[in-house]
Amino acid sequence: MSRDAILARMRRSLGVHPGDVTRRAEVADRLTRTPRGVVPARGQLAREELVRLFLDKTVAVQASCVRVASPAESKTAVLDYLRGANLPMRIRIGADRRLAALGLEADPLVEDGHGPSAGDDLACLSHAFGGVAESGTLMLHSGPDNPTTLNFLPDHHIVVVDADDIYGDYETLLDLVRETYGIGEMPRTVNFITGPSRSADIEQTLLLGAHGPRSLHVIVVG
Amino acid sequence: MHTTSPRFKTNAHEALDDAKLQRALGNVPKGFIAKRKKVADALPEFEALRDASRDIKSHTLKHLDLYLEAYEKKVIASGGHVHWAESAADARAIILDICRKANARTITKGKSMISEEIGLNDHLAANGIVPVETDLGEYIIQMRGEHPSHIIAPAIHVNKDEVEADFRRVHTHLDPARDLTEPTSLLAEARGELRAKFLAADVGLTGANFLVAETGTSVIVTNEGNGDLTQILPKTHIVLASLEKIVPTLNDLSQLLRVLARSATGQEMSVYTTLSTGPKRSGDPDGPENYHVVLLDNGRSSMLGSEFEEMLRCIRCGACMNHCPVYHAVGGHAYGWVYPGPMGSVLTPSLIGVDKAGHLPNASTFCGRCESVCPVRIPLPKLMRNWREREFERHLTPSVQRRGLSVWATLATRPRLYRLVTRLAARSLALLGRGKGRFRKLPLAGGWTDFRDFPAPEGETFHAAWAKREKAGREKTGRKETGPKGAGA
Ligand code: SF4
Repeated sequence: MSRDAILARMRRSLGVHPGDVTRRAEVADRLTRTPRGVVPARGQLAREELVRLFLDKTVAVQASCVRVASPAESKTAVLDYLRGANLPMRIRIGADRRLAALGLEADPLVEDGHGPSAGDDLACLSHAFGGVAESGTLMLHSGPDNPTTLNFLPDHHIVVVDADDIYGDYETLLDLVRETYGIGEMPRTVNFITGPSRSADIEQTLLLGAHGPRSLHVIVVG
Repeated sequence: MHTTSPRFKTNAHEALDDAKLQRALGNVPKGFIAKRKKVADALPEFEALRDASRDIKSHTLKHLDLYLEAYEKKVIASGGHVHWAESAADARAIILDICRKANARTITKGKSMISEEIGLNDHLAANGIVPVETDLGEYIIQMRGEHPSHIIAPAIHVNKDEVEADFRRVHTHLDPARDLTEPTSLLAEARGELRAKFLAADVGLTGANFLVAETGTSVIVTNEGNGDLTQILPKTHIVLASLEKIVPTLNDLSQLLRVLARSATGQEMSVYTTLSTGPKRSGDPDGPENYHVVLLDNGRSSMLGSEFEEMLRCIRCGACMNHCPVYHAVGGHAYGWVYPGPMGSVLTPSLIGVDKAGHLPNASTFCGRCESVCPVRIPLPKLMRNWREREFERHLTPSVQRRGLSVWATLATRPRLYRLVTRLAARSLALLGRGKGRFRKLPLAGGWTDFRDFPAPEGETFHAAWAKREKAGREKTGRKETGPKGAGA
């Protein structure tokens, strides 16, 4: 079998024996302890500064953002964005209860779609699992609450994130994934998203709006 | 993939004479060098992160068999399949088989250098399956029937007017009078053309920047979002990755992500970093139903424990070629196989044999810039020298070159001496070359000037000229950057 032949060749090249318990212990230890490496000081801030850094970094990667005080205001923020971008009052949303609570469904002026995107939506709305201040990165994951197609198919992606879910670094957020799903377990897809899609493949000129959303709008709540 | 590495000298000559290519290559330093420096300087921990990244990769390589076993277990536990491929032919056969079982007619593809390495597209096409490249650069070169000339900017050798001509030639169903003068309209056209293909594909194939043993996760890093549409829309997602892409944990991944985008494109993070584990879960409204990982060896397991093991740390950021004066001069295609630039000069002989790629390790000025920017601190010049020595021992070089090389080797391992000697040589050569403006042979550097055909130095070495050019650039733009390591000697 190729598998065994490849593994045997690796061991021969490395001059090691498959039964070597020390090596196995080292590997098992690293996989369970998951030691942290160098974590940049820039994200190690008190909450308020952390949120401010997140907002600055979000703008630096060509996303737009707004901060609102309460979930009730997020609805206005969503509608303001649609109006400001000259979009129809139509938006696709997953099953996230935090988004259902915004009351877009009950609003007669708004047409809302549910479930995954089929590729013809101008605007989709998602709720992020969290944000990373050090680089202005959002983290979302697959599931019925926030289908992954909503992150990639629309022209405009609007993402709500709670200020309390913003952390300084990727490691802290990944710890929370471990806590939520169990050690070594993951949702099918975890997306770290840093700004709207772009390409520099034509003469190294940076252009926004490649295959993913042309615009990313972030609403920070709290 | 077919290789033209054995005719590297001819390739390089042709590249130097190709005016269009030379115009396009002007975008390499323009696009990458200053951006990387700015973002690296803005992170005080950057150098420490490079050390950490090097150590993670070295540790993993020493335990590669065990981390791969742990990774495989996790993939299977999450409902995915792992296939081990010893060779390019094995990998092609495995992928074709998966496609056939999925009754695939078209397969969308995210950017994958391994796919180039195994020559996947031709194989699929020959078997009646249409491969569709979806990264903008890959889409352009697929249309042109070419191969990538850079590992992260595959179409960097193509100018905008050429892209426009290609789009007009291929997208014949669109209005011939449409305006394509702006790059944005080219991008919008590609987006429109590919959207339908994403939605219609039966199988999506991506590469992997990393595989994570802790969770059985594959990771792709992109800016366009094409890799994501490739993997979440079709029923089947195939990940094609080489063995050394593995890292132990998610925390190790975070270390490497911090150096990858910074080194590659000068971003703090690429737009999309996507972690995929198994097929979609029950209750998931989207995502693939089948998840396959094809692990390719193709010579890598034999590099472990050898003097070239360090090359397996490479995370394919492209910084070494972005900073390489030889790459700037001849571009990626001259290297004749999949991997260009300094990393290619070391990796290609390891993978296809020094008999075919023996010229590549000579494509260096030993200026050290590649090593000075490599995020995982691969000693590229040293590894190139190792190949030269091997080549020398194996008597693959013609005897004249062999005599020259032994002197060269002595000098090249002593950079200050080397610079001194070449400076003296350059001064005298300036006299010889005067009137012609070019010289074709440089004593002590036989195999090198054979293809370089460099402008005759006006009394200074490449290093010195470079330093001057950098200084002039700084004064003009008011930049505060210091010259590259080793410059100004
Ligand atoms: S050798 Fe280093 S600099 Fe070159 S592509 Fe690999 S990681 Fe990047």
